[in-house]
Amino acid sequence: MKSRNAPIFILIGIGCLLLGIGLLVGAQPAAAAAPAIVPSQGVAQGSTADHSQFEVLKGPFGTGPEVTAACLTCHTEAAQQIMRTTHWTWEQKVGEQLLGKNHVINNFCIALASNEPRCTSCHIGYGYKDATFDFTKETNVDCLVCHDTTGTYKKFPTGAGHPTYEAREFPVGSGKMWNPPDLALVAQNVGKTSRATCGACHFSGGGGDAVKHGDLDTSLTNPSRELDVHMGVDGLNFTCATCHTAVDHYIAGGRYVMQAKDTRGIDVPGRDDQSRASCESCHGLAPHTTDAKLNDHVERVACETCHIPAFARGDQPTKMWWDWSAAGRMNAEGKPFKVKNDEGYDIYDSQKGEFIWERNVVPEYVWFNGEIEYTVVGTQIDPTKRVVINALHGSAADDRSRIWPVKAFRARQPYDPKTNLLIVPNLFPNSPEDKEAYWRSFDWIAASRTGMETVNQPFSGEVAFVDSIMYWPQVHMVAPKEKALECEACHSPNGRLAALTDFYMPGRLQHEGLNTFGTLLVGIVLLGVFGHGTLRLISRKNGKKS
Amino acid sequence: MERTKRTFIYPLFERFWHWSQAALIVVLGLTGFEIHGSYRLFGFGNAVSIHNTAAILLLILVAFTIFWHFTTGQWKQYVPTTKNLGAVIRYYAVGIFKHEPHPVRRTRYAKLNPLQKLVYLGFKLMIFPVLATTGLLYMFSNQLGVPISPVAFLHALGAFVLLSFFIVHLYIVLTTGRTPLTYLKPMITGWEELEEDESAAPTPAPEPSAD
Repeated sequence: MKSRNAPIFILIGIGCLLLGIGLLVGAQPAAAAAPAIVPSQGVAQGSTADHSQFEVLKGPFGTGPEVTAACLTCHTEAAQQIMRTTHWTWEQKVGEQLLGKNHVINNFCIALASNEPRCTSCHIGYGYKDATFDFTKETNVDCLVCHDTTGTYKKFPTGAGHPTYEAREFPVGSGKMWNPPDLALVAQNVGKTSRATCGACHFSGGGGDAVKHGDLDTSLTNPSRELDVHMGVDGLNFTCATCHTAVDHYIAGGRYVMQAKDTRGIDVPGRDDQSRASCESCHGLAPHTTDAKLNDHVERVACETCHIPAFARGDQPTKMWWDWSAAGRMNAEGKPFKVKNDEGYDIYDSQKGEFIWERNVVPEYVWFNGEIEYTVVGTQIDPTKRVVINALHGSAADDRSRIWPVKAFRARQPYDPKTNLLIVPNLFPNSPEDKEAYWRSFDWIAASRTGMETVNQPFSGEVAFVDSIMYWPQVHMVAPKEKALECEACHSPNGRLAALTDFYMPGRLQHEGLNTFGTLLVGIVLLGVFGHGTLRLISRKNGKKS
Repeated sequence: MERTKRTFIYPLFERFWHWSQAALIVVLGLTGFEIHGSYRLFGFGNAVSIHNTAAILLLILVAFTIFWHFTTGQWKQYVPTTKNLGAVIRYYAVGIFKHEPHPVRRTRYAKLNPLQKLVYLGFKLMIFPVLATTGLLYMFSNQLGVPISPVAFLHALGAFVLLSFFIVHLYIVLTTGRTPLTYLKPMITGWEELEEDESAAPTPAPEPSAD
């Protein structure tokens, strides 16, 4: 009896064991689920401090630097950290070239020198109104422009980095009033950076919303997932800093030193640099799971090439052409004027010249290995050719290069035909006494003389205009994967990569000689077959007749 | 009229091999020239997928077919000979217009005339190996670190030659028989009306060199 039942009990025992394991395994996910993080009220998410409780932030504050002084009482090293970054120095040595906003020339508003108060409304400091600015004074650092969470703090467009401290109209005559921010309120509500704070400057590169980059504009403040798969508020809702990781206020990812090809892949703590400012930092080096052939592209094609099918995909068009040589026309009353297009964007401005704006622009594509050669203040140009402001180096033969999408911004800008130097013009009137500034004088010679003087460059007294181009690698506004380019966008004759002829790519009908030979061969064979067949038909008829 | 005899000439495997190879080659050609850039048909991505799948299927088929050729001794059908080669060439160049009979009689032991032997052997030993080798190099160029430009060049060159073969093959098969079905039907049913030729059949062992 006992021995007969034993196997049954063993079987039941094993069955119960398996059932138990099954239940445990099945229950595992629910047990492991992390509790949702609920931020405590009144405290910025991720912070352990409620800044509204700090005495030193009660105010009142008369100026921005007073707030900074209060910040520094706790954050003792913050200003020194900022001062080591390009956000502060506007200067960066890259190879042999001294770059940064203090030194480069672009083909938008051209250059900083002699125009500081306007340009430095995007400097991370207070009072950078000319070359005498004190780069060592800690209270000159502007904490609020990056750490405001109220959305009420704004640097005044012509305030050399200060907000306005009294109600002012800008642009003058526009009726648009700028009210002074409540600095105490802003100081008590500081927090992490956001798309809005970074965007306050970076969305307005080139002097206005959407002007410069093509892939950065105010539609990214609260973008849809469709516009930006990472930052979309209905998706991952990333901030800029999610990828542009910061250590000691140094922020990863910049345009002067670009990583054209990340060969390290996913960033591992302790091994890599903790910079997530490349696709590969999170997605790795073989990101496609459904089609292995796509991963074969990673080595030679930047992710952005397929995943950013177009730029300026948001609410704003971006500027594609700027003709400074058309500036200076006056209306019937002898006054400067503006012409707007149907959507209200300036297409002519007496101060600036002619513009073209475009939306959903198909990028141009270039080989890029991360090296950029800049035309800076003092670089000799060849006026018989289009001046390349920032030449992106790379080629198919160079293993470090990948194919990148760029916004190619074309312009016509002033140069000195005697010295072959691009001109740094004094555009913005720095003071009521500044009569030479182009935006007041409409006199290129006067504006060029003061501008070139400021940067210690010779000026012959003559001004001519030269065509130029500047490349903006596209990295933001990454579309959801279902919007990525189809193969034939490039793999077809006259596809998107038609301008890149230094390599073989399937689908382009390359190897011209072979195609001629092949067509001839098949043509001759067909002719032969038809000829042979026709002769047989004729001979058959003749045969029948005879 | 000469006497003919209904003869079983193409066994099932040979017919299966012929038609699946034909279908795969047509698919490979259509997708291949799209990948090359000659036209748009399936879309590049689809064309690549179809082309790669068909290529793998063809390689498997060919592996079985090589095995079949050797185990059945059918490989001997392709041993080239100069005997009557001139006569066959002369027939297609001159004789066919004068309604002369084909100079070589086909039997189940010698299915191919000397010109066919030469052309088909060329296909098996030259065109197919070039296409298969360059195709595999193309497929795994990234993993092997092979530059695709010369590989693609040779692959496409092979394809143009194969396309020429295909055209001539269709022309001869479909137009030189008494009806278009004369040569087509046997490749479907296996049976063909062949001229009786007692001398050519030394039973039981098939010897292609018998004539």
